[in-house]
Amino acid sequence: MSSDTEDTTSGSESEASDSAKANSTLEFIEKLSDVPMGRLPPNIEFQRTRVECKADAPIHTDTFQYNGAYASMGVDNNLVDSFCDNFKVEVINLTEDEMEFDMIGIDPALANAFRRILIAEVPTMAIEKVLIANNTSVIQDEVLAHRLGLIPIKVDPRLFEFTENNTPNEKNTIVFKLHVRCERGGQRISVKSKELIWLPNGSEYPLESQDTKSESSSKPKTYTSFTCSQDSLPEFSDNPICPTSGDITIARLGPGQEIDLEAHAVKGIGKTHAKWSPVAPVWYRMLPEVIISQDIEDEMAEKLVATCPVKVFDIEDIGNGKKRATVARPRACTLCRECIREGKGWENSIALQRKKDHFIFKIESTGVLPPEVLFTEAVKILEDKCDRVISDLS
Amino acid sequence: MDPPPPEAVYYICGDCGMEVQLKSNDVIQCRECGYRILYKKRTRRIVQYEAR
Repeated sequence: MSSDTEDTTSGSESEASDSAKANSTLEFIEKLSDVPMGRLPPNIEFQRTRVECKADAPIHTDTFQYNGAYASMGVDNNLVDSFCDNFKVEVINLTEDEMEFDMIGIDPALANAFRRILIAEVPTMAIEKVLIANNTSVIQDEVLAHRLGLIPIKVDPRLFEFTENNTPNEKNTIVFKLHVRCERGGQRISVKSKELIWLPNGSEYPLESQDTKSESSSKPKTYTSFTCSQDSLPEFSDNPICPTSGDITIARLGPGQEIDLEAHAVKGIGKTHAKWSPVAPVWYRMLPEVIISQDIEDEMAEKLVATCPVKVFDIEDIGNGKKRATVARPRACTLCRECIREGKGWENSIALQRKKDHFIFKIESTGVLPPEVLFTEAVKILEDKCDRVISDLS
Repeated sequence: MDPPPPEAVYYICGDCGMEVQLKSNDVIQCRECGYRILYKKRTRRIVQYEAR
């Protein structure tokens, strides 16, 4: 019985507090200043521009492409205009075969398009046909041919054409020779990619059917039909074609073993086979933002600094022997969430976010072309694709 | 018509790896080490592979 009475009293109390809360909420809403037209309220703007990473999962991961997405709030979500006005590229780091740059104000779909084009559609030259005259090494012909195919070749693919109807000539084929022999009584040797020798005059192997009949003709027919030597072209006369690195192991030879072959490189794209891909990896990530919303002091600060594997946080002195955690290197954050893993307290005081339209793009070239050239090529390819779509539609 | 002179064929010894020249009625045996397993040499024709 007593419990019943208690229940009723508590019920009436909660009712009273509910109505009080409703009143205060109403008051709060009435006192709110008007949101200026043409701009989103801060919480919606936050959802639009940031991914928030909670301990279990990231939230607000979508992007809003539809330009009427915020029409009810009087905001025009015009991505094309905002792209034209705000797009920026900042190069962070550029070396011979690596580039890191920031693309700011771009949609993830476009950033991803560039990544995919770089991997699969920027053409390069790679060994495609291997003519093996002799191979007594322990590595099988097929495996040897495959290994040769993967060697990146330092030559500008824009100077060559795609092979059509299978007629190798000086405009679409590069020929290399590899002839190595390990002498008896010697040590085992490694065959390195520097031993691939460029043949600017094309193949040296005569075609089987020709060598018996046409002895009289000045030149026997070979596997390629070059009309002129490639080294007479101004682009190659002073820098001969070779693999990007001379130190790639192709095979190992024991005493008495020999490899004698010719490798024909042609132009292709990564979509056909990964050996034509000009990049080792190309990847991007969204710009991380790490925000400490409640001060983290003393032992907690030290614990936080020690927890982060990429050293995002630092400690600053705030006087009186007190220490406070600061965010020193937010860009290094890999979003491992190690710092917010240990309980709600951490999650409430540290906010891990990503900017949705700011991409840290990294290109590592295989050495075929410099990374900045690769990227401009990728942009041109995307442009061509757009032109094709427009002409198809019109 | 005389039959063409027997052509010498070269084999490789399975034990010591030496080249052994054999004619039509020779004993199949290595001249260096006496091993009786001989291997045929690889074709001298060019074999084409796709590097994939």
